[in-house]
Amino acid sequence: MLHIKCPHCGLRSQNEFAYGGDATVKRPELNKEVSDKEWDTFVYLRKSPRGKHLEFWHHISGCRQWFKVERDTVTHEIFKTLKPNEDN
Amino acid sequence: MSQDFRIDKIGLINRDKKISFKFNGKNYFGYEGDTLASALIANGVHLVGRSFKYHRPRGFFGAGVDEPYAIVQLYKNNETEPNVRATEQELFEGLEAKSVNCWPNVNFDIGAINNFLNKFFPAGFYYKTFMWPKSFWYKVYEPFIRKAAGFGVASIKHDKERYEHKYEYCDLLITGSGPSGLASAYAAAKNGARVILAEDKPRFGGSLLTSEVNIGNQSGKEWAENIVAELKEMPNVIVKNRSQVFGYYDHNMLVMSERLSDHLPKSKKYSPRQRLWYIRAKEVVISSGSIERPLVFGNNDTPGVVLSSAAKEYLKVYGVLVGRNPLIFTNNDSGYETAIEFKKNGIWPVILDTRSNPNSEVIDEAKRMGINIKFSYVVVAAKGYKKVKSAEIAKISEDKKDLGQIENINCDCICVSGFWTPTIHLASQSGNKTKFDKEIDAFVPGQSKQEETTVGSANGIFTLEETLKTSFETGQELSKKITKNDNKVSIPTVVEKKLTKHDKFWCVPLPEGKKYKRFLDFQNDVVVTDVELALREGYRSIEHVKRYTTLGMATDQGKTSNLNGLQLVSNVENKVVPAVGHTTFRPPYTPVTIGAIVGREIGKHSKPTRKSPIHLWHEKNNAVFVDAGVWLRPRYYKQRDEGLFEASKREAENVRKNVGVCDVTTLGKIDIKGPDVAEFLNRVYTNAWLKLPVGKARYGVMLREDGIVMDDGTTTRISENHYHMTTTTAQAANVLSHLEYYLQIVWPELNVNVVSTTEQWAGAAIAGPKSRNVLQKLFPDTDVSNEGLPFMGYLEGNLFGVYARIFRISFSGELAYEVNVQSDNGNFMWEKIIEIGKEFSIQPYGTEALSTLRIEMGHVAGSELDGRTIPYDNGLQGLVSKKKDFIGKRSLNRSAFTAEDRQKVVGVVPLDKKTSIPEGSHLVKEAKSKLPNPKLGHVSASCWSVEYNNPFSLAILRDGKNMIGEKLFALSPLKNKTIPVEIVSSHYVDPKGERVRS
Repeated sequence: MLHIKCPHCGLRSQNEFAYGGDATVKRPELNKEVSDKEWDTFVYLRKSPRGKHLEFWHHISGCRQWFKVERDTVTHEIFKTLKPNEDN
Repeated sequence: MSQDFRIDKIGLINRDKKISFKFNGKNYFGYEGDTLASALIANGVHLVGRSFKYHRPRGFFGAGVDEPYAIVQLYKNNETEPNVRATEQELFEGLEAKSVNCWPNVNFDIGAINNFLNKFFPAGFYYKTFMWPKSFWYKVYEPFIRKAAGFGVASIKHDKERYEHKYEYCDLLITGSGPSGLASAYAAAKNGARVILAEDKPRFGGSLLTSEVNIGNQSGKEWAENIVAELKEMPNVIVKNRSQVFGYYDHNMLVMSERLSDHLPKSKKYSPRQRLWYIRAKEVVISSGSIERPLVFGNNDTPGVVLSSAAKEYLKVYGVLVGRNPLIFTNNDSGYETAIEFKKNGIWPVILDTRSNPNSEVIDEAKRMGINIKFSYVVVAAKGYKKVKSAEIAKISEDKKDLGQIENINCDCICVSGFWTPTIHLASQSGNKTKFDKEIDAFVPGQSKQEETTVGSANGIFTLEETLKTSFETGQELSKKITKNDNKVSIPTVVEKKLTKHDKFWCVPLPEGKKYKRFLDFQNDVVVTDVELALREGYRSIEHVKRYTTLGMATDQGKTSNLNGLQLVSNVENKVVPAVGHTTFRPPYTPVTIGAIVGREIGKHSKPTRKSPIHLWHEKNNAVFVDAGVWLRPRYYKQRDEGLFEASKREAENVRKNVGVCDVTTLGKIDIKGPDVAEFLNRVYTNAWLKLPVGKARYGVMLREDGIVMDDGTTTRISENHYHMTTTTAQAANVLSHLEYYLQIVWPELNVNVVSTTEQWAGAAIAGPKSRNVLQKLFPDTDVSNEGLPFMGYLEGNLFGVYARIFRISFSGELAYEVNVQSDNGNFMWEKIIEIGKEFSIQPYGTEALSTLRIEMGHVAGSELDGRTIPYDNGLQGLVSKKKDFIGKRSLNRSAFTAEDRQKVVGVVPLDKKTSIPEGSHLVKEAKSKLPNPKLGHVSASCWSVEYNNPFSLAILRDGKNMIGEKLFALSPLKNKTIPVEIVSSHYVDPKGERVRS
């Protein structure tokens, strides 16, 4: 079971959180012309990297905040956790 | 029965307390502190089971977790448990056990014929034999394999025992209470660290219980006792025996199984049978010790062949002799220690040492005691069927390839020692890159991935002095990192005998012309020739060899067989062992009961049960409940001898004719506040929200980004910046997460806050032509006329002193209202509605009537919004704005979603107007057609229309818009039904929606 540092609550066990997918995906802006390919990539296509992965987690049984986790998909090492608006 | 093999004045058992038990129907007795194994051996019983494949007689091989043979079926309190290791099961009064894998009994076992048919059972025989003919698989082969496979029989009864889970945090977790574990724990505890010390066995001390050493001025055993006593008194230390740390998971989470009642005749009233500990440790010290390796020779599986360390443990801990005429077969000094213990107790052993001329303190002592030692000798084969009677021995050449003249020697047991294998399971599970240590011919932990350190013999350190020194230091250093304290304890002096090098020899060659089976894996009956065959057939990877031969599988997970298997593969392949590598160690280290893993989360406790504040009223009024997500909801209210059909029909008819009331507390409710709520809702829902006035509700549909409908519901504008959203019962949690995702990540610039208020409000839906009459009487001071409270209107009212929110919304298609009050007032509101509604013939209705009402109105719900449908499919395309953008809009342009013959919801009526159509039925053109019959759609929801008094269903049908009036068939292979049907509009009742606005 992972030990995840919520940027608001600190270290908690994985069973307080829900996984939320790739955090590098950016939703196309509203009311913008989007090509089929671009939209298809946004909705369906996800990389499945071996190694570092930036992903969203949701502190669902805690503060209910979404945040970013940089995790190694092989070793499960967590390098850092960030608020959604933080880059470092 | 007399205990012929128990000797006086030695051992840690309590001779004042006799315990009687039963094995294979026969009565025996042992003493408090015995295991089932030690008590049986004391009684001279060595035949405990039959082997897996060949049904060869099986005895005892070890004295603890490493035991591959002595697996029994245990009977206790009318319960039965399979695969219990007799070497670990502590004796209790009335214990009953039976042998497994034998029929009709362990002495005369029909399956033993396999032993003589062995040429038909080589490695991989399953894969070769059971391939053809194909039709034989289900009827012949599979039942045969199932009957032959496995050892014990699992109970099919409900397990009445209680199991618990516990979460714990500590600075240091120490797995094993041998000298290394005790030293680490003591040093860390003295340095202020929070320590958990876990010992699998009932007794603390590990090897100190059986070895002849001194620490300080005490014997090893006394030192261990004193350290444990001191640790138990310290407030920062948890000391647990009968507790196996069996799994090492991510981020230093370890799981431990504590056995609280398995050694007792009955669980204590307030104590569970077992407790599973989830331990998050800052540092882990692995002090799991080592397991003696077998030597491989002919018939080395015969009962009476035991590990030499086990023979010593039976003697020193239990006062039990594994034999009175022991042969010790060793390649190292450990065998001598066992021989010396035998001699001290008046038994004359013979030692066969594979080495030609070893020299050490222990060997000198054995020589001084006059023990008969034969150097450069090996056991070629054990003789005897159900028990060792003698052995064939021979001198072996210096290169270990040639045997001399075969001699016979009488003996009743053979104690083998092939040196020691560090127990690296936990380290390996943690991700440690293990390395091969040529000095000890075994793998030891290498580079750590997590915060773990292995100490003592688990780390390949086999002298006590070195073990204590490094373990004290490890405990001190690791605790210092955490506590920043620097309290050192002095390292005691050690008196132990010096040992010399072991011999790398492990497998005795076969004498010419002999075909003795030489066992590598005792639990799975894997012999040397099986592995050789697998390699000849092209299996190279050790993982493949394992699966093909079953080497190292099953309940003992190769604790005694792994390394010899690797040695063999490396010999045949001419590789060094590290190049062969080892198979992956996976948790659990020892079998764990399913009960312990599940814990208290059984039956109704497997998920929380949510009840509405009106639940007690429902119970008192004969409600029959149904699970709705995690909620319990009334399905119908039973009157007299009504069933589901009659009751729900009565309730639905009463709504259409008079008025009904339904508990809708379970609907998801989300309170939304902020200046940007309208803009947010406009992006979340498919329809327009910017102009919703205060005091009005609106129905909305929300999509996922892929265009599929996620949920529907109404949202009401309570005041300028305050909205109340409802969701379906099932999707409430997902919708909240969805909204939070967009507010926190995608559009953080929107000033909006959301919070779940599902449990804060109790809700009642009042529906039917007379609902306004009820409402008017509930709120005499409020104008609830069609003008005062129009369809989709919202008011706040005073319900006999209780604040209430009144929404004019309808799911039933009738004139209807929903009244919400604070949860605490829910029951008050409900009783008032029932009381006031009496004169209008009000009746409560449950979810079944609710479904009937919405189905015949063609209102879509969960069975249509099934995660595969878009708004068009549900007839909701009118709610999809063409002007504005919203979540999922772009996906609606996909060609599949705009196809001319796109599926759409329709109504379905059986032609005979009598036969109900099972939900899930397929709609097809031809009743009888070549399979697979092309499917045009499926029936999503069915009811008995109370308006027309005939069955009616909703279906999702390809090209639904052009299918009205078509005649099709509804097929339900499950119910074996073929029903001719007509497709009609999904809006079966009141298609213009006049009633809700009346």
